[in-house]
Amino acid sequence: MSEIPQDGQPVGRVPLATNRDVARARKAVGAVMDEGRARPIQKTRFVTAVSEITRNAIVHGGGGVLMIYAHALPRAISVACRDEGGGIENVEEAMRDGFSTAGSLGRGLGGAKRLVDAFEIESTPGGGTTVRMMSRT
Amino acid sequence: MSDAAALFHVEDVLLVSIRDDIDDTDILDLQERLSESVARRDVQGVVIDISDLEIVDTFVGRVLGQLAKIAKLLAADTYIVGMRPAVAMTLVELGMTLPEMRTALNVTQAVRRLRESR
Repeated sequence: MSEIPQDGQPVGRVPLATNRDVARARKAVGAVMDEGRARPIQKTRFVTAVSEITRNAIVHGGGGVLMIYAHALPRAISVACRDEGGGIENVEEAMRDGFSTAGSLGRGLGGAKRLVDAFEIESTPGGGTTVRMMSRT
Repeated sequence: MSDAAALFHVEDVLLVSIRDDIDDTDILDLQERLSESVARRDVQGVVIDISDLEIVDTFVGRVLGQLAKIAKLLAADTYIVGMRPAVAMTLVELGMTLPEMRTALNVTQAVRRLRESR
């Protein structure tokens, strides 16, 4: 899995407060990928991953913000999803399929990671969580 | 409830069409409307058309699975139709193979199978 380059230009910002914002985030990321002429399968995979992490930020993180970046070389899209929640105590455990503290399926984080070209998660207990993901377009 | 999903009764089959901009609140509303509809009318089968959905994530997948389980308890079989190939590939990677759900390529095929299974 590659690293996310630092050259991204911000092309979108979606505040995440209610679960309706998950659909807004999907639409915004989809529109950027359409502009970048991403392949349909790449778009489906990345937008699905965005859906998972933005819902996590709202349900578990109490809301936050999604930033969308366009990269030129190589051509890619990335997002940074930041929440102000209580953070994740054990990131490794949270990434594992089947792990859930909320009675959900617990496939969201691990699933999102499998759908993207780069995935980074930073979380400190009490200090919120930031997930960064990238897809080549 | 917005018009993010439409329900039609055709004889004893309930057809459900889900629009792409459906959000989490709408889909939970749909779960309620659908179960009431199945219980109230004499519905033998439910056909959910997801051809408009560009993505199905773990939340939507879980709700679709629950819809099928609820319909089963109310004596109706559920078919999911119109799944895009990219959505099928993504669901497999998410580890969601939706074992409780029957699928068909389109509404005609689903209705035929519902008729045959009786």
